[in-house]
Amino acid sequence: MTEQNVTDHDVTDHDVTDHSLTEHRVTEPNVQDRYVRPRGVHPRLASPDYRSTALRAPRRALVPLAHRLTETTGPLYGTDRVTEADGDLTRQHDGEPLGQRIVVHGRVLDGDGRPVPHTLVEVWQANAAGRYRHVVDNWPAPIDPNFSGGGRVLTGADGSYRFTTIQPGAYPWGNHPNAWRPAHIHFSLFGRAFTQRLVTQMYFPGDPLLPYDPIYQSVPERARERLVSRFDWDATQPDWALGFAFDIVLRGAAPTPMEEPHDD
Amino acid sequence: MTDATVDPTPALTPSQTVGPFLHIILPWPDGPDVVPTDSTGRVVIRGRVFDGDGNGLPDALVETWQADPDGRFDHPDDPRRASSAVAGFRGFGRCATGTDGGYVIATVKPGRLPDAAGGIEAPHLDVSVFARGLLDRVVTRVYFADEPDANAADPVLRSLPVPARAHTLLASPEEGGYRFDIHLQGPNETVFFDV
Repeated sequence: MTEQNVTDHDVTDHDVTDHSLTEHRVTEPNVQDRYVRPRGVHPRLASPDYRSTALRAPRRALVPLAHRLTETTGPLYGTDRVTEADGDLTRQHDGEPLGQRIVVHGRVLDGDGRPVPHTLVEVWQANAAGRYRHVVDNWPAPIDPNFSGGGRVLTGADGSYRFTTIQPGAYPWGNHPNAWRPAHIHFSLFGRAFTQRLVTQMYFPGDPLLPYDPIYQSVPERARERLVSRFDWDATQPDWALGFAFDIVLRGAAPTPMEEPHDD
Repeated sequence: MTDATVDPTPALTPSQTVGPFLHIILPWPDGPDVVPTDSTGRVVIRGRVFDGDGNGLPDALVETWQADPDGRFDHPDDPRRASSAVAGFRGFGRCATGTDGGYVIATVKPGRLPDAAGGIEAPHLDVSVFARGLLDRVVTRVYFADEPDANAADPVLRSLPVPARAHTLLASPEEGGYRFDIHLQGPNETVFFDV
């Protein structure tokens, strides 16, 4: 097997749990990938330390799908989905939510470093006490009547986004004894193609819970810290809010293929 | 040459699970409506998302993306780009599952579409499933069981490593539309794709 083969398509980071079921790739040599395939970036679907994966992560190997029109296009949503109020989670009710006010901002880029303009960013989070306003969250921390915890913003022409919220709290969950999720904000992004769709979570610098969290730890070690935001003095607003910066990098264009190496 | 010490996928942001609280913001009131409710040719795709024990997932999110009935995308990367003849066609559908794992997408059947290698793809939808317990989305495709000729020529269906699993990608006709169940595990585990 050539090195080219190894670095191209034969490795998937969604390793299967049962290798006896591994399916071998049938190549479609005439369709070139438009977008780079992430390797060693995303968590393995089968990550036993995160218990909910046991009955939900597919057991069979994923089948490589060449990038055709359905994969290289995608919804281009825009202004009709977002109002000004959607970008300030502290102003969605009559009163102000409790907690530390923060500004979260950054840029959405592709893997080539180009900004992804006018793309929809959806965010959701727990309140300052670590409680979600959601019917299935019933741990005994207070609901904040002034905080719903959901927002939407659109990136600008330079890929930048910005929203105002409050610092979310940590909260316990049932994954294992004394399990606590580190404080985080959920992010959902579209990019401009089906292949670029991404849902992730942003964490906070210096959180002592990160080493104990199987969801954060499911990410390959070299890529983990990309999920941790940076305290941003310049974005911190005097007498108002702390600033945090979080850039998001979606998949970029695949390099133009070189002539295929030959084994024979 | 590829240098093994260089990250082949520079600094891409890793995926994380959507978690159980996605309903705070992700469902849109019109999410399941790929087309307006009075559209000609509107069909409803219904199904359930099942876990390895055969239980429906009450906290999954199903998203779909598809061409219009002429096989075109209103997108700059489709060289045949055109506004759809179906007024209000959005291409994108999104539905959170109910307590039984059920979802609904109301749409029009997409057309066949050409690929760069001279193939003709059968009508299909790309599908993403997000859920607690899925650290990354899983991707599959909906094809239509009542398109046997188009399916037989489809380059993706033709190249499946295990042809016997192709049936997991077929939506079956039923009153008012189609049924497409998604099995994350089990003997009928759906074919999931690496895109």
